[in-house]
Amino acid sequence: MFRKIEGTFVSLLFAGTAFVGAWWGAHSWLPSLASRHGAGIDSMLNYLLLTVGALFVAGYVALAYFIWRGSRRDVIGPRFASKKTERILSAGLGLGMAIIAEGGVLAIGMPVWSEYFDAAPPADAVEIEVTAQQFMWNVRYPGADRVFGRTDPKLVDDNSNPLGLDPADPHGKDDVVGLNDITVPFGRAVHVRLRSKDVIHSFFLPNFRVKQDAVPGMTPEVVFFPTRTGQFELACAELCGLAHYRMRGTFNVVSQKEFDEWLRTQK
Amino acid sequence: MVTHPEIGVVRRYIFSTDHKIIGIQYILTGLVMALVGATLAALIRLQLGWPETTWPLLSTLLPAGYQGGVMLPEFYLAVVTMHGTIMVFFFISYVLVSGFGNYLVPLQVGANDMAFPFLNMLSYWIALLSALVMIFSFFVAGGAAAAGWTAYPPLSAIAAAVPGSGMGQSVWLVSMALFIASFTMSGLNIVATVLSVRAPGLSMMRLPLTVWSYFIASILGLLAFPPLTAAAVMLLFDRHLGTSFFLPSGLIIANKLVANTGGSPLLWQHLFWFLGHPEVYVLILPALGIACDIIPAFTRKPVFGYRASVWCLVAVGCLSMIVWGHHMFVSGMSPFSGEYFSLATLTITVPMTIFGVNMLASLWGAKLELKSPMLFVCGVIALFGSGGLGGLFLGNATADMQLHDTYFVVGHFHMMIGGVTLMATFAAIYFWFPKMFGRTMSEALGKLHFWLTFAPFFTIFFMQHFLGIQGAPRRYYAFTAYDYLKNTRGQNVIISLAAFLLISGQFVFIVNFAWSLFRGRVAAANPWRATTLEWTVPSPPPHGNFETMPAVARWPYEYGVPGPDGDFATQTVPASAVPVTL
Repeated sequence: MFRKIEGTFVSLLFAGTAFVGAWWGAHSWLPSLASRHGAGIDSMLNYLLLTVGALFVAGYVALAYFIWRGSRRDVIGPRFASKKTERILSAGLGLGMAIIAEGGVLAIGMPVWSEYFDAAPPADAVEIEVTAQQFMWNVRYPGADRVFGRTDPKLVDDNSNPLGLDPADPHGKDDVVGLNDITVPFGRAVHVRLRSKDVIHSFFLPNFRVKQDAVPGMTPEVVFFPTRTGQFELACAELCGLAHYRMRGTFNVVSQKEFDEWLRTQK
Repeated sequence: MVTHPEIGVVRRYIFSTDHKIIGIQYILTGLVMALVGATLAALIRLQLGWPETTWPLLSTLLPAGYQGGVMLPEFYLAVVTMHGTIMVFFFISYVLVSGFGNYLVPLQVGANDMAFPFLNMLSYWIALLSALVMIFSFFVAGGAAAAGWTAYPPLSAIAAAVPGSGMGQSVWLVSMALFIASFTMSGLNIVATVLSVRAPGLSMMRLPLTVWSYFIASILGLLAFPPLTAAAVMLLFDRHLGTSFFLPSGLIIANKLVANTGGSPLLWQHLFWFLGHPEVYVLILPALGIACDIIPAFTRKPVFGYRASVWCLVAVGCLSMIVWGHHMFVSGMSPFSGEYFSLATLTITVPMTIFGVNMLASLWGAKLELKSPMLFVCGVIALFGSGGLGGLFLGNATADMQLHDTYFVVGHFHMMIGGVTLMATFAAIYFWFPKMFGRTMSEALGKLHFWLTFAPFFTIFFMQHFLGIQGAPRRYYAFTAYDYLKNTRGQNVIISLAAFLLISGQFVFIVNFAWSLFRGRVAAANPWRATTLEWTVPSPPPHGNFETMPAVARWPYEYGVPGPDGDFATQTVPASAVPVTL
C-alpha cells in the first residue's frame, strides 16, 4: 500500500515538474527585439523552445508513468525487449534527436549565423569604435573624414587621453569621443569595432541579440541593423572585475536628424 | 591468493594502500569540501536574493569579506570562483570520480586492489594537499582567486586587475597543478586496473556500466588534463617570470602600460576548454554508469540496451575531445570554427539520447522499489533529461549568441555536472554505504532527503535557465544596475529561498550518515540482492577483498531469473546453475 502511494507521489513530482516547468518557460522569455538579425536568433530560440519543451514534457511524463506503473507491479514484465524494439528505439530516437538538433542548426541557425558574420558593412553604416576598459565603454566616432585617428597605448592617460589618440595624426582631429553612451541614427546599419584596453569584456546588447567579447589585442567587428528607435541598455557579459555588474552603457537609436544634432554638440 | 599480514592502525586507516580505505578517504574529504562549497553558495544566494540588505552578523564573522554588513564585490567574486572550483574539482571529482572509482573498480573487476596501490596512496595525499592549498588561498593577501573558475587572462594574470589576482590566483594555480598531478595518477591507476587485473571470465563486455564509465572517464582525464597543466604553468610564468603567453601588447591596467607583448588571451581559453569540456564528461559519465548499475537492483530486471550503452559511452568519450570550442562562440574565435564546433557538439546528442532513453527504458516493465538509492537515480534520469535538452540551446551557435555567459549557462551546467552528479553521488552513498561500513542508512531519512534535494534543486536551476533567457549575465554581484533586469529581482528571491531549503535539507543527510555509521542496522553481504562482484564478499570487504579469486560466469545484469538466492544471479553463479545471458 505504502509502495503504491509513494509511487504515486514520486510520479506526480516528475509529471508536475514537467507541466509547471513548461508553464514557467512559456511565461519568461526574451527581452523585446530591436534588430533585424535578432529575428533570426529569436526563431532559432523559439524553434528550440518548442521542440525541446515538447521533449522535456514527454520525457518527464514517461518517467512519471514508468514510476507509477512500476510501483504497482508485483512481477516484472518481459526481461528483454525484442532486438527489433531496441534497435528501433535507439535508432529512432537517436536519429530523431539528430534531426531536431542538427536540422535546427542547419536550417535555421547557420543562415542566421553566416548572414550575421559574413555581412560586409553597407557603405552607409554608421562607424563606431567601442573600447572597453574596467568599468566603462569608450565610444569613438570617426568624424567628418570617416577615418579613425591613430591611437597608441603609450599615449594613454585615463584622465586626459583615455584612448591614447595621437595628436600628430590629422585624422584624429575630428574624432568624437564619448563615454558609456552610444547613439546611432535609425535606418542605417551599425558597424562596431570592438577593442579592450585591459581585460576581456563582452559587448552585450540584450534587445539586439548582439554579444561579442572585447578581447585585448584583437579587434572583432559587429554589424547589425536596428529596427526601432528608443533607449536600450548595454551590459558587460564577461567577468572583468569588481564593478562588472554595473559596467552599464546606453544604446540610443534616434532619427538621423536627432543624430546629426547630437553629434554636432559632442565636440 | 596473496595473504595480507596484520598491519598497524596508521598503515591501515591513514597511510593506507588499500583502495577501499583510499576511496573512503576521498569520499570523506570531498564531503567536507562540499560543506565549504555549500557555505559559499549560501553567501552567493544571500547576496543575489537580497543585494541591498545589510548583514551585521556576517561583518563580525567574516570581517575581510563584509564591511558594515555589506558584501564586498571582490569577496563576492572570490566566493563565486571558489564555489565553482571547489564543487567541480574538490567535491564531485573527489567523491564521485576518485572516491567511488577507487572503491568500486577493483571490487567490481574482482581484483585485490588497484594495479598500483602505492601510486594510489600517493594520489590521495597529493589530492588532500591540493585541497588544503586551495582553502589556504582564502587567507593570503588580496584573498582567494576572483577571476572565475575558468580563470581567463588577462584578468587572472595581472595583480592590479582584481584583488584576487594577487597571491590568491598563484595559490589557485599551484593547487590546480597538484590536483591534476593527483588526478592523473588516479586515472592511470583505474585504466591499468580495468585492463590488467580483471578476474578470469570477466571480459570487457561483461563489465558493469559503472566500470565502463570509470574506464572511459579516466582515459578522457589522461588525455585532457595535461594541456591544462601546461596552461597553468604558463600562466604562472606570465604572472611571475615576465613571459607573455596570454598577454598581448598594449594592455593598460590601472592607468599603467603593462610591459608584456605578443601573447593571446584566446590561447588560454583553447587550452582551458580542451580540458574543460572533456572534464565535464569525466564527472558525468561515472554518474551515468552508477545510475545504470543501481537501477536493476530496484527494477529487478536487466538494464535496457547494455551493449548500446557501452558504445554510447565510448562514442561520447571520443566526441567530447573535439567540441571544446562551443564554449567560445562569441570569444572572437573564427565564426567558421564556430560552425564546425556547433555541428560537432550537437552530434553528441545522438549517443547521449540513446543512453538516456536506455536508462528510462530500463524502468519499463519494472517491479519498482523506490528505496533511497532508486529515488536519487530517478533524479539522475530527470536532471540528465532537462540538462541535456538545455545543451541543445547552448551547443547551437546561433542560439548561444544570446545565451552565452548568461544564467542559462549557469542553470545548464548545474543541472548536468552539478545535479546529475549530485544525485548520483547520493544514490551511490545510499547504495554502497552498507558495503563500505557494514551498516545500513535510514530509509525514512533517505527518502526525506530526496524530497528536500530534488524539488529545490530543480526549482533553482530550472529558473536560472529562464533568467538567462531574460538576459541576466552570470557572475554579477547584483542585478540592480539594469532596468531590463528589474523583473528578475523576485525570481532571485525565490531561487535563494529554494537554495536555502536545499542546503538545509542536506543536514538530514549528514545526520543520517553520522548516525548510521555508528548505529545503523547491521548490513548483510548483499542487502539489495544485487549481482556485481562486490556483493559476493562480506560487508565491509576484508583487506584484499576476495578470499579466493572469483570466477566470473556472466554479465552483471542477471536479474529476473530463478537463481540460488532469489530472482537474480551474481556474476559468480556458475553457468550450470543459471543459464548465462551474456
